[in-house]
Amino acid sequence: MGHGPAVKLGKDNAASYKTRLGIYMFILYTCVYAGFVTINAVNPSLMQNVVLGQTLAVVYGFFLIVFAFVLAIVYNQLCNAAERRMNS
Amino acid sequence: MIYTQSPLAIALFVSFVLFVLGLSFYLARRTKSAEGYYAAGGNIHWFTNGIAFAGDYLSAASFLGICGMIATAGYDGWMYSIGYLAGWMVALFLVAEPMKRLGKFTFTDALDSKFNSKGIQLAAALSTLIVSVFYLIPQMVGAGVLVQPLLGMPHWVGVVIVGIVVTIIVATAGMASTTYVQFFKGALLLIFTTIVVIGVLSRGLSTAPDQGGTKDYHQFQSLQATISGDGTLQVPGYAPVRDWQSGPYGEAGFVKLSQDGVDKIWKVEQSASGVTLEETLYVKTMHDGTKLYNGSTKEEGQFFPVGHIKELKMDGKEVAQTGAVGPLAYLSALQESTIVLWGKKYVMEGDAKTVVYYQKPTPGSRMLRPGLKFKVDNASGTDKFNFISLMLALFCGTAALPHILIRYYTVPSQAAARKSTIVGIAAIGFFYILTLFLGIGAMTSGVINLTDNNMSAPLLALSFGVVLFSIISSIAFATVLGTVSGLIVAASGAVAHDLMDNFLGMKMTDSGKVMAGKITACVVGAIAIYLGIVFEGMNVSFLVGWAFAVAASANLPAILMILFWKQTTAKGVAASIIVGLVSALGLILISPDMYVRYGLLPSEAPIAFNSPALISIPASFLTLILVSLMTRKQPELDAASESANA
Repeated sequence: MGHGPAVKLGKDNAASYKTRLGIYMFILYTCVYAGFVTINAVNPSLMQNVVLGQTLAVVYGFFLIVFAFVLAIVYNQLCNAAERRMNS
Repeated sequence: MIYTQSPLAIALFVSFVLFVLGLSFYLARRTKSAEGYYAAGGNIHWFTNGIAFAGDYLSAASFLGICGMIATAGYDGWMYSIGYLAGWMVALFLVAEPMKRLGKFTFTDALDSKFNSKGIQLAAALSTLIVSVFYLIPQMVGAGVLVQPLLGMPHWVGVVIVGIVVTIIVATAGMASTTYVQFFKGALLLIFTTIVVIGVLSRGLSTAPDQGGTKDYHQFQSLQATISGDGTLQVPGYAPVRDWQSGPYGEAGFVKLSQDGVDKIWKVEQSASGVTLEETLYVKTMHDGTKLYNGSTKEEGQFFPVGHIKELKMDGKEVAQTGAVGPLAYLSALQESTIVLWGKKYVMEGDAKTVVYYQKPTPGSRMLRPGLKFKVDNASGTDKFNFISLMLALFCGTAALPHILIRYYTVPSQAAARKSTIVGIAAIGFFYILTLFLGIGAMTSGVINLTDNNMSAPLLALSFGVVLFSIISSIAFATVLGTVSGLIVAASGAVAHDLMDNFLGMKMTDSGKVMAGKITACVVGAIAIYLGIVFEGMNVSFLVGWAFAVAASANLPAILMILFWKQTTAKGVAASIIVGLVSALGLILISPDMYVRYGLLPSEAPIAFNSPALISIPASFLTLILVSLMTRKQPELDAASESANA
């Protein structure tokens, strides 16, 4: 049984663009996540401050979840556009 | 706590299991090839696969473990939700498309696509097997926890039912039926947890968690005591207590009072205004193993469910209840209020061990930030190391879980792999937001069983009626079924495809490969049943954290370096997988938490931290880099040998 994909995939000229884009977005999200972990480890009482009627911990937590979704959508749109542009 | 079985719950559970089995047998007729068995033919729609991602990922740990942890420790439980979701960004941005591009059936395929190396095949297959088995244990334990209230059967029956049903599902149709089971389960879980959260918000918050007078909630008592001149504690209605500050209870800050032959333990609070005794709950385990719950047998029902608000405020004003509120107003009100959480202390009295649960009124703003479970305030270097290491394991673990990675092979294209990941992120992110409300809903609704917080979410559903409880419990059971199915497919692929076919070079026909996978599924299923019974009572989240740390250490460095570092060699990959596996497992086995499980003192452990990721992940990366540099081909030598051969 050989390796290689289970289904036949066509040539993807946008692969290197998507890889670069993925790395940049990964770095962006990792910085935001690392900020969250750092505040909790270094100055956790800061997370008890109230921002917009909620603790900073709740606001930051919601932001991390919503930001993940927004970044995912943006990434998909940019990848779709690149695939249309480069594979047509 | 005593649970009463409902015929409706049993009927729903049986219907769901029969539906799942029927679906498997139906799909089995379409599964003839190895592609069909291991990768569902690669033709699953991306939306179906995305929801199936959620089904795979939202395991017993997410649904039962996180909700239970939030219910008892507040925000710290939600940190798991945040970490688990963040891990999906690694999967989407770095792993999704290359995995689809490189692999065929298993995660080993993708790692080995450039090298065709026996070392990688063996190391990656072993890693897949070990991670899958460790991930299987908490799922099976979770199944055992669920059947007790649902069907009134002992733990081992739940484990055996899950084991047999899942093995039938996997052995009949492999990835196709597993995907559809995950899809249905993931969709149902999202729909019905949303319904429970709408119920929680409609009910609002109240200082009397009696669900509108429909359910009794035990009012925990406070007693005023005085200390007489000779130091005796005087409590109205009880005999005076001498030497109350000495002895095992006194030294732990408690006092034991007897009334009508039943012992009660009270927490002593001393202040300028006098001495107040707060009622506690306790479980006493005698030397012969018998247990007393608050001085009575379990059946007498004296070990009450807990969870209430001491002081409720809304917009700065003290109120008795909020009425229906929106999600943000709900959290705002909690943030201003004071909630009664529960602490735990162990007291040894001769041969008998007593666990005392005592009230800890906690400001809502303190509960809605980290620090009640993880030690981050005034933390030592080791405490901070532990915390950062856990958050790293959660972040890196997702993209290294074999049963998640194989789902990329079920869709027809790289774009479909990407889109299904986004659907997965949306579904999982939405669910993790719901977990905060489910956990806090349980925390304030008087439904928590302190001896087993894993049941908090289903018991919260029970507070809305037996119908919702039955549905939620059946879905929770299906959660276990689905996740276990995915894990068994991953493990059977590792044995039949990676080890037997590729590593050992056993020549098998296509149907022979499918048969080998099915036999492996049965064997792994049997092992999972055995381990699920052996590990009864072990904390579900603890084991999942373990699986994440091992997966992240063994698999992620190899995946990322193959994709992004051209000098990676086969020997480097194999060495990093082995170093990651051994270092993560080794550090866990000598950690303080494991020493407690060996019956030893945590202080006797040779290391002071519990989470190994911050050491084992860098060790795995470093090994890969060093071994690759040492084993890479020298361009000059290659050129020389080429000219010599010419």
